[in-house]
Amino acid sequence: MITTPVAREKVYTMSQFYIFVKKECLHIWRDRRTLFILVWMPIVQIILYGFALTNEVKNSRIAILDQSKDDATTAISNEIAASRYFNLVKNLHSYRDIDATFKQGLIRMAIVFPRNFQYDLLHSNRAQVQIIADASDPNTANTLTNYATAIINDYQLSLNNNEQLPYTIKTQLRMLYNPELKGAYNFVPGVMALVLMLVCAMMTSMAIVKEKEMGTMEVILVSPLRPFWIIIAKTIPYLLVSVLNIACILLLSVFVLGVPITGNLGLLIWESVLFTVTSLSIGILISNGAKTQQAAMFTSMMSLFLPTLLFSGFLFPVENMPVALQVISNVVPAKWYYIIVKSVMIKGLGFFAVWKETLILVGMTLILLFISISKFKIRLA
Amino acid sequence: MIGEKVISAEKLTKRFGDFTAVDHITFDVVKGEIFGFLGANGAGKTTAMRMLCGLSLPTLGSAMVAGFDVYRQNELIKKNIGYMSQKFSLYEDLTIRENIRFYAGIYGLTDDKIKEKSNLLINRLNLAGQEKSLVRSLPLGWRQKLAFLIAIVHDPAIVFLDEPTGGVDPITRREFWELIYDASSKGITVFVTTHYMDEAEYCHRVSIMVDGRIDALDSPANLMKEYASSSMDGVFLQLARKALRMSD
Repeated sequence: MITTPVAREKVYTMSQFYIFVKKECLHIWRDRRTLFILVWMPIVQIILYGFALTNEVKNSRIAILDQSKDDATTAISNEIAASRYFNLVKNLHSYRDIDATFKQGLIRMAIVFPRNFQYDLLHSNRAQVQIIADASDPNTANTLTNYATAIINDYQLSLNNNEQLPYTIKTQLRMLYNPELKGAYNFVPGVMALVLMLVCAMMTSMAIVKEKEMGTMEVILVSPLRPFWIIIAKTIPYLLVSVLNIACILLLSVFVLGVPITGNLGLLIWESVLFTVTSLSIGILISNGAKTQQAAMFTSMMSLFLPTLLFSGFLFPVENMPVALQVISNVVPAKWYYIIVKSVMIKGLGFFAVWKETLILVGMTLILLFISISKFKIRLA
Repeated sequence: MIGEKVISAEKLTKRFGDFTAVDHITFDVVKGEIFGFLGANGAGKTTAMRMLCGLSLPTLGSAMVAGFDVYRQNELIKKNIGYMSQKFSLYEDLTIRENIRFYAGIYGLTDDKIKEKSNLLINRLNLAGQEKSLVRSLPLGWRQKLAFLIAIVHDPAIVFLDEPTGGVDPITRREFWELIYDASSKGITVFVTTHYMDEAEYCHRVSIMVDGRIDALDSPANLMKEYASSSMDGVFLQLARKALRMSD
């Protein structure tokens, strides 16, 4: 059989490539501590964000100062105490107690019923109730006062049940995509972006810089392996780890956090692989500049972790930021991935809803790959 | 020296901006020769070696390595040379056998050939029984010897050694040089840079670089006669003192 030189060259390159990928997997396998972190970090993050770091308000400690002690105040107090949002820890006896209890840090909110509450309610139509909240955490304070107001309004409605008021506007609320207002619906896409970014970019950049530090890069560069294939071979194992991470996160979110995948699973996975490649190319870019593994880690942390956290929109809504920051947020790849995951996974939208975001990610990836690989070649000359 | 030329450099020059790192060097190395490439730090040894290995393009001049042109055929050069750097260049977290497999593999050796070579190499270093231990656990001297044998595992025409014995004790250095002689007798050309002048005396011929030029090139015996010195150390000092360039 006659094989052309070109064909033989190709086979030769593929087996070299395969050997390189195998070596790279051995590195990861031997470094058990890092492997452990790689596999557990996403799991721990999902569980942490899903259960502990939720922005839902539950069982907030409150106190009530009831100066009226009539049927109405008792009924409202009972309603509030029974609510899952509140945990009534103290009945206060004077105004001075309120301040003291807040200062001790015992409560986040206090409700004050003045004297003759029921009388005012039924006769003068001027009943007043005071809600005092600890606004050192403004979001929580807002949420708590809304809940309390809603409970009081409910009670008022129940009083008027028999006699229809002449003019009423009834607001009907429907919470789309996330009827139970679960925080996990927000966090799962965010954690996916964060984990993929960290695993791919940080680990790849460190793996490449490690070869430079050890002096093995020089030997490989003198070998017949082409630089392009060296780079690709170094990233493949991390691509595989990322796919494993994506699977873990999705399984956890469906079966543990109860966040369903409403959209197309295949589309979600392909978008995630795309974002993984974006992150890998950022990792290669970082490795071009960094001389030590610490430098690579630090650069990844500063240039990826924080922007991903701040600008992806998963902790802070981007629309609320000053225009300058909104503009900056557009160059953070995680922002686009976050939008895609939310649309596909939570809202159940198809490719036509996210093609623009996908195109932006593809564009970013191509630019990053082009810069990082051509820079890698220049370094050789 | 008479023989088949495996390296021939002609006015080879490398400039970085205004700085001329390598300045018109001309020399030949023949098959099986052990060629010592000496010079103080900053004299331009590494830059010259990088050009010969196909890692860096010359600014001027010409050079053929293993029969290939450094300008146009550097991929072919890479297939026909071995390289071992001053920095330790094996993977510490891989076993001895895995290191051999990897380096032999990226030079395109077949699986059977790799197995055969691995066994040969492990026996040569008396490492039988230890081939599954991590390279990290080997003493430095053993690692350097292993690194050298791995650098020639694909039977290259030339092996480039960049200060291969740095930090190694005298006895191991001796053993290392036995491996070098062994390779040379099998027809592998050895191109070696070193700081140890006793090692320079082991070479068939040495060149001494000063400020990017080759100021002396001959056998150690002839050089010692010419510079009226009883050791290569004396020869080297006389030449190196002329250097105007600051060492780095």
